[in-house]
Amino acid sequence: MIELRDITKSFAGKEVLKGISMTFEPGKTNLIIGQSGSGKTVLLKCLLGLHQTDGGSMLFSDQAYNEMSDDARRTLRREMGMVFQGSALFDSMTVLENVMFPMQMLTKQSDAAIRKAAEEVIERVNLVDAYHKLPAELSGGMQKRVAIARAVVMKPKYLFCDEPNSGLDPKTAIVIDNLVREITQENNITTVINSHDMNSVMEIGDSILFLKDGVKAWEGSKELVFKTDNKAINDFVYSSNLMKKVKEVYQ
Amino acid sequence: MKLLHHVGAYLLMLRMVFIKPTKGKVMRKLIFQDIQDLIIGSIGIVGFLSFFVGGVVSIQTALNIESPLIPKNLVGFATRQSVILEFAPTFMCIILAGKVGSYITSSIGTMRVTEQIDALEVMGINSVNYLVFPKIVAMLLLPFVINISMFLGILGGYAATLYGGFSSSADFIEGIQLDFRPFHVIYAFIKTLIFAMVLATIPSYHGYFMKGGALEVGKAATVAFVWTSVVIIVLNYIVTQLLLT
Repeated sequence: MIELRDITKSFAGKEVLKGISMTFEPGKTNLIIGQSGSGKTVLLKCLLGLHQTDGGSMLFSDQAYNEMSDDARRTLRREMGMVFQGSALFDSMTVLENVMFPMQMLTKQSDAAIRKAAEEVIERVNLVDAYHKLPAELSGGMQKRVAIARAVVMKPKYLFCDEPNSGLDPKTAIVIDNLVREITQENNITTVINSHDMNSVMEIGDSILFLKDGVKAWEGSKELVFKTDNKAINDFVYSSNLMKKVKEVYQ
Repeated sequence: MKLLHHVGAYLLMLRMVFIKPTKGKVMRKLIFQDIQDLIIGSIGIVGFLSFFVGGVVSIQTALNIESPLIPKNLVGFATRQSVILEFAPTFMCIILAGKVGSYITSSIGTMRVTEQIDALEVMGINSVNYLVFPKIVAMLLLPFVINISMFLGILGGYAATLYGGFSSSADFIEGIQLDFRPFHVIYAFIKTLIFAMVLATIPSYHGYFMKGGALEVGKAATVAFVWTSVVIIVLNYIVTQLLLT
């Protein structure tokens, strides 16, 4: 479980996150949604330790990040998996090497054990035929699946995904969304996903945090999205004609 | 102020290179890969340039000897001194700032743009050590390349002198043996090792801390080349002052 308490963050005097509080629960896909520039990515980078927060506290399984020693933070990082927006696969490595990489770097397991673990997760994301392909030879959806495999090969407690289905066609996007949700439930991972894709919200939004201009404007679940009369989230959700039609049908 | 900021950030990066090392087995692989890319991959261009520039140095020396009182072995002597003292260690390193430096900046910069460095950091890996340390180790083999440059530079001078009919083979060989001081070779290798450190780290700094997209990768490579060249020239002056005067 991850708990955020009154998180603030500024860049060059501009407040980007203004007192965000939220709880992300294990076994659930927790979505952070909002328009571009609303602070989603900054919040995710704070959770990953890539940005330091200015105020507030982040608790990982009841342990405050700010009070952790360097060793404890290093250990925590090894319990995190991350799927980057652009997949961030290592260009010069094959699919198998990319997935084996975190284990090779961070564990003392034998090569055979590492390879076996990597093959298992690659099989889980249905990429057995792509073992020896380079990232450049894969489609966007396949790259995302490799990124997911690399993120979960170390059996993380926390999984973070930044726009996991950006640039993908709707069908592939749903495959990726469902894969993330299944892996989250199978391994009881606390998954936090940055997204502005309403399909993802309706597909896997077990818990949703809506940010607007760095402020928590709404929180709830996918079931509550259509029921709320919160103006901020309604303006966001029903900004497209398609969603307006969906609401009409729903009502 | 901006320059001081960069110097400070560069020194902090150097500190990060040597702490929290990457696993030995992985690091060995990275070092061999960088030796292949940075050292072996540079031998061809260094050899080609050295041979022809050595030839040009000897031709120009020969053409500028007008007085019959100046011995013909001066062509070999001047070629040897120019190649060993300056051309091979300094100017080859400036050429390598273009070839090796831009390769380092663009490869690390591309990793920054495509979030691969963030991925390393999120995994808890010291990305500076992972990316920069193998390049420093690989570049420590630069004296080997500069040795080849010295040999081919003098060989080029010998060939140009002979085929141009500027001096006899015996005169040229006498010239390259004349008043030879082994310390000059040591001085050249000391310079080379200092420049190797500059060649590995300044382009890495510009790649590692770059911001933006593909266009900025190109800009960072250009800036890295300029700064690497400037630092090499300034250090060349300081090291020469310290070691030869």
